[in-house]
Amino acid sequence: MSGTLLAAALAVCLAAALAALALPSRPAVAGTGTALAGGLGAAAGVAALAGHGWQAWLPGLLPLTGVRLALDPLGGAFLAVTGAVAACAAVYGIGYTRHGSGGRVPQATTPLFVGAMLTVPAAASVGTFLLAWELMAITSLVLVLADHARRDRVREAGLWYAVMTHLGFVAILAGLVGFAAAAGGETFDQLRAAEPEPGVRSAVFIATLLGFASKAGIVPLHVWLPRAHPEAPSHVSALMSAAMVNMGVYGVVRVGFDLLHGGPRWWWLVVLGLGALSALYGILQAAVASDLKRLLGYSTTENMGLVLIGVGAAGFFAASGLPGPAALAIAAALLHVVNHAAFKTLLFLAAGSVLHATGTRDLDALGGLRARMPYTTALFAVGALAASALPPGNAFVSEWLLLQSLVHSLPASGVAGAVAMPLAVAVIALSAGLAMATFVKAFGVGFLAKARTPDAERATEGPPTMLAGMGAAALACLLLTVLPTLTVPALTAAVAVAVPGAGPVAEGDLTLRLAGISGTISPLLILLALIAVVAALLAGLRLTWRRRRAARLWDCGGGPMTPRMEYTATSFAEPLQRVFDNVLAPESDVDVTPLAESAYLVERVRFQAAVPDRIERRLYEPVLAAVAAVGRAATRLADGSVHRYLGYGFCALTGILIVLAVMW
Amino acid sequence: MSLWRKIVKTGRVAEPAPEREPTEIPDKAAELGGSLQIRHVDAGSCNGCEVEIAAAFGPVHDAERYGARLVASPRHADALLVTGPVTRNMKTALRRTYEAVPEPRMVVALGDCARDCGIFKGAYGVVGAVSDVVPVDVEVPGCPPPPEAIVAALRGLTGR
Amino acid sequence: MVIGVVGAVVQVVLVVVGAPLLVGLMRQVRARMEGRVGAGVLQPWRDLRKLLRKEPIAPHGTGWVFRAAPLLLAATAVVVASVVPLVTTASPLDGAADLFAVTALLALGSVALALGGLDTGTAFGGMGASREVTVLALVEPTILVSVFALSVRVGSTNLGAIVESTVADPMSVISPASLLAAVALAVVTIAETGRIPVDNPSTHLELTMIHEAMVLEYSGPDLALIEWASAIRLSVLLGLLAGLFAPWGIATAGAGLGALALAAVLAVAKIALLGTLLAAGEVFMAKLRLFRIPELLAGSFLMALLAVAASFFLA
Repeated sequence: MSGTLLAAALAVCLAAALAALALPSRPAVAGTGTALAGGLGAAAGVAALAGHGWQAWLPGLLPLTGVRLALDPLGGAFLAVTGAVAACAAVYGIGYTRHGSGGRVPQATTPLFVGAMLTVPAAASVGTFLLAWELMAITSLVLVLADHARRDRVREAGLWYAVMTHLGFVAILAGLVGFAAAAGGETFDQLRAAEPEPGVRSAVFIATLLGFASKAGIVPLHVWLPRAHPEAPSHVSALMSAAMVNMGVYGVVRVGFDLLHGGPRWWWLVVLGLGALSALYGILQAAVASDLKRLLGYSTTENMGLVLIGVGAAGFFAASGLPGPAALAIAAALLHVVNHAAFKTLLFLAAGSVLHATGTRDLDALGGLRARMPYTTALFAVGALAASALPPGNAFVSEWLLLQSLVHSLPASGVAGAVAMPLAVAVIALSAGLAMATFVKAFGVGFLAKARTPDAERATEGPPTMLAGMGAAALACLLLTVLPTLTVPALTAAVAVAVPGAGPVAEGDLTLRLAGISGTISPLLILLALIAVVAALLAGLRLTWRRRRAARLWDCGGGPMTPRMEYTATSFAEPLQRVFDNVLAPESDVDVTPLAESAYLVERVRFQAAVPDRIERRLYEPVLAAVAAVGRAATRLADGSVHRYLGYGFCALTGILIVLAVMW
Repeated sequence: MSLWRKIVKTGRVAEPAPEREPTEIPDKAAELGGSLQIRHVDAGSCNGCEVEIAAAFGPVHDAERYGARLVASPRHADALLVTGPVTRNMKTALRRTYEAVPEPRMVVALGDCARDCGIFKGAYGVVGAVSDVVPVDVEVPGCPPPPEAIVAALRGLTGR
Repeated sequence: MVIGVVGAVVQVVLVVVGAPLLVGLMRQVRARMEGRVGAGVLQPWRDLRKLLRKEPIAPHGTGWVFRAAPLLLAATAVVVASVVPLVTTASPLDGAADLFAVTALLALGSVALALGGLDTGTAFGGMGASREVTVLALVEPTILVSVFALSVRVGSTNLGAIVESTVADPMSVISPASLLAAVALAVVTIAETGRIPVDNPSTHLELTMIHEAMVLEYSGPDLALIEWASAIRLSVLLGLLAGLFAPWGIATAGAGLGALALAAVLAVAKIALLGTLLAAGEVFMAKLRLFRIPELLAGSFLMALLAVAASFFLA
């Protein structure tokens, strides 16, 4: 059953792409086709999670290797998430792309992108996996460049994205091809059965980890994320942030746990460390970002960091012989992937609505949208609550699970665990606290109080398809909050693929009870208790009810409060920026232009402050400068002399002949 | 430790509460039930009255024991304690502060300047007495009024 | 089961009625130490009663977030009061929320108030919100790592389980892990409730405010809800400290009505004692500069980390 659903989904993708090329009303065609494909893919994933596996072998589709597909519960989980996100984003895209971004190529590429994302978790051989991965990269690159004619920065973002995703691809290629060479075959079954030496296994793991980490937006390979996500159309940003980055996590789990059967503990400590670094750095940059979509992009880095903390902890526990905590940690990581997909879709789609209505993403220029876009405000509030990991949001449940898996491991996991686990808990806590600050800023400054610029004053609510897409994502968030007793047991089969031999992780009806360790939580009861108390308070206040008088804001009796006096996103984040200024290294520049007549009279002062991505500044720019220097130096080799070029060719040929003669 | 010894040695500084004349408290104040939050507004005073207010709320007279407390925002206040004649620059500010106070609200004009401009009557920067700008409920005469008079006026509002 | 429900109801009623009395007690202690007479322990209740009779105000430009924030703050405070084991460990909501969830609920209340402050659109509201979330973000690591330290010995983060385990093994309270966690959580309590040295609840200078700046625009019943909720949060956090580190007297599962009554009296006594100590301590301290607060919180985080290390290496 899952096989037919997946095949149907892929067929619909292809049909939608062709139809979008041919038919005139492209947004509606591409949107409904992609949404349908997403729904079918989600159904296929749920069926695979429930145990209906599937396999297929299509020899003619690819030369040399053919295409091998197989759906197991782990792939099914990621397939379900991707399909659901694609459905919401596609419905939203119908209304969003109607005005601009409606060109033939982006509209046709969207279903292909979704199709590629649906194929990656189903790939069962190295060739298929790499093909689907590259297809995903190319289609997403085309979509990121969709608005290139309108803004200059889109081209630069596309360039960074193209280079980094292909460097990642090369790393994955090297790792998987090396693994296939050592295993003597390229299907995943052959890779599972192979027993390469520890050195080869570690090399494969590290190479694939680098590639997958780059796709997931893990520090220090994340620099494409905050550049590409703001410049892409919003529904594409949602697809990338909520569905594509999950493929990086899928790769790490598939290669590390399934194909390489876990590994030594140091692998997973590396993963844990990378996850912790990303979680902290990502949310710190998000806390000081004033571009709404850049903020959301860095928040994706943070959440993927949290997922990798769970994956790393799970691998560490499994390698230490603790299958119970390992299963719990991987279940927490998978649940966080699901929860993150739900709220990140919602947030990016809402940010897109704001961009669509006001034309700006800058939080310092927004505000007052509560009165003009009430539905979008309410939906963004749901997403922001979820993203801050507060009850009754859905990310609270997965973070709770993750914390439970970490705190219950302590006596048994040895000294390395005793050092790593408290630090991991501290990192999760700090990133949760900073996430609260970030989303209070994003929601409070962007949507509340008064509009700061005329752009924000002119905002109106978007078309119904955009609201429908956001509403579906919000409904998913709500259901994930109150029904963890359904979602966590549903992931048991996926957990069993990664950590074989562990039983069900949790169970319960109203209260989620963890298996094997003492821990219970009931988000539903908490939500009901909060609602009950609020109702009781409102009923009690009715007894003292007086009419609420509309009055002027208290402004100390001085002049009228202008929107210029409101706190901006930059000022809101200033205390945090000051506390963490050693990490963020903010840059500011003051440029004073005196009058021509006298150097003591000032004509103009220009102040500029920015928080650059420090890793990009310190790590990438020197590397790029060095590469550029090498390139400039190498121009001296190509000076136009034909004699010299012939000489190069002769030397190269002679060298190869000598090498071949010696080695053979 | 030396601070602790000082606290123990000093003991109670507040003087015993003086006898209160059993006058009727205004209706608006009766609604408050013994809790009076006050927002002080300096409408143009020479700060002599402010010194006396500080003394009234200090340890010796301790006006807080009768239920009165100074607050920062007029939204939290029940009464405005206005000192000084109303200068031109403070006229709108005083009016807006009064409007920011939620009902039931009162105004206490403290000192001769607040009652009838005192020694600043006729000055070019002065607009008038407090009652020319906002309705006044209680007046406390004196230049400056002694802390006992201030405390007596506040007790007249809290009823304690 | 029924005893659990009765205990939870007793607990909530005690906190809801007694929290303003705790604030009154703390103000009296402070007044007496300063040589004054003070307004009496009942004054905060008089203030609340008066505030309920005052006129609520809707400032121009504010919306539903401004009006909903006090309700949400109060709701989270009351829900936490019904979960935390002050009188009984068998509250019906004990399984619904553990120490992590209680922390998150308190954070939800603070976030709601911060959004209410931002919704006013005044500079003070934004300033208060900005400072509040900064302190909140920096306090989170200390809280969660302290919870970790406490849960290692017990094997659970469930509040009832921690209290029952400490009651069964009283000497565990003076272990290094416990003492370090106690100091760390004491600093956290001060930071979360906005007391000296982190924030001065009775300051008039807006530029020194953290919590007060967010509520400058509220009046009438809204303000009553906020002050009452802040008092409840203070009582609950002090009660949590008492429950985690001096839990004797709390009625465990299977206790009778007599034990419940005794537990209620003891809870009141313990919270009153802790409040008195806190108020007396405040007389000797001054408020820290805003940018010294991260140093204080980093110090408490280090203690929490040492508590976890101690719970592993010394266990």
